[in-house]
Amino acid sequence: MLQIQRTIMIVIEEFIKGVEEEFEDMEQGKLKPDSAIKEHFTWDSINALIFIAHVNVEYDVVINADDLVNSNTVQDLYNVVSSKANAA
Amino acid sequence: MAVFSIPDIRMAGIAASVPRQEYNNRDYELISEKEKDTFIKIAGVEKRRVAVPGMTTSDLCFSAAHKLLEGLNWKTEDIELLIFVSQSRDYLIPATAGILQDRLGLPKSCMAFDISLGCSGYVYGLSVMGRMMANGAIKKGLFLVGDVSTQNTSFKDKSTFPLFGDAGSATAIEYVKGAAEMAFNLQTDGAGYKAIIIPDGGIRNFASRESFEYEEISEGITRNKLHIALDGLEVFNFSLREVAPNIRTLLKQVDKNVEDIDYFVMHQANRLMNETIRKQLKINPEKYPYSMGEYGNTSSASIPLTIAAALSEEISGKDLNMLFSGFGVGLSWGSVVLKTDKILCPEIIEL
Repeated sequence: MLQIQRTIMIVIEEFIKGVEEEFEDMEQGKLKPDSAIKEHFTWDSINALIFIAHVNVEYDVVINADDLVNSNTVQDLYNVVSSKANAA
Repeated sequence: MAVFSIPDIRMAGIAASVPRQEYNNRDYELISEKEKDTFIKIAGVEKRRVAVPGMTTSDLCFSAAHKLLEGLNWKTEDIELLIFVSQSRDYLIPATAGILQDRLGLPKSCMAFDISLGCSGYVYGLSVMGRMMANGAIKKGLFLVGDVSTQNTSFKDKSTFPLFGDAGSATAIEYVKGAAEMAFNLQTDGAGYKAIIIPDGGIRNFASRESFEYEEISEGITRNKLHIALDGLEVFNFSLREVAPNIRTLLKQVDKNVEDIDYFVMHQANRLMNETIRKQLKINPEKYPYSMGEYGNTSSASIPLTIAAALSEEISGKDLNMLFSGFGVGLSWGSVVLKTDKILCPEIIEL
């Protein structure tokens, strides 16, 4: 049987750009892969929902609150989204 | 799958009614100015209508029904079916539909009953109306839908207090041989019943002294067990997961695509959620009306209220292909595709 693997390449720079655009209050161009998330924004309920909605529309993945809480750096967040996009 | 079509049913008119009393979320002093800005922008609710104590959903539905019957020139003795959809009934016992049958002066030959659903209730109830009338035995029916949610929100709960508004509606349904089919896709996931819940006051947990004790759930969220509790994240993820696929399945069933629909009238949950669903389905913003900015999340009334608030001229002047979708408490969700042919839609009534 022929197996078709769906692989979605998400480039981390684009991922970061998308997040910065989504959160208008954020200073653009400041986020780096190793940036600590808690220094840039808090996961209050509204920010969490904005992020969940953003990655759903952009990458067609559904992430949950634990995924957010367990991510320390931007790279961690990217890894969660990226792995879910490829698992779909 | 609960995907099915109903022939020979025509929507003759829609009327909506709201309390006169307005609450502006800018006046909600329990949150900071910045939080207010964020809430109004992201949740999308600036103002809401709030029923005065003692004003019920049936009062709002009564005034909407009265205006609609007058406008359509329907005789009360011809109405043989009344369905009341709400989660804010007048009494625990009896059903509210009977109270409305009497108050509207409908004949005793009219069957009347309640359906307990919220956000999905307009779509679900419409399918029951249609099914009951589609064989032609009942020619005219009144479909009364709405909620007074603000009585059950805690002032100290920033996750619910600024969100909900009150409204009632009346939709006139008639049997017309040859009327275009309505097509439905209705779904349920009761595993999520706790996601939106008033825990006490029913039979599972009788109202007791403890029911009135306030508890701080988290920062900014303090309520008692007779207040509505909303697990925002749970409901949000449910809606992201389920609503768009439900609509896609329905459109496929009726061999239509997004472009064939003139207006998508959605339950007014909150702006972020509704916009996310819109983007998932790639719907043009012009086809996607809102009423939540002025009226909040009005639970089961949100679809007819949005039509009355944003589309009354369109729906009374043109033939339209419509899709309605309701989703939330239950968890329960459903969509309907239907055609309207210049139906009556009077101005929103203020009570």
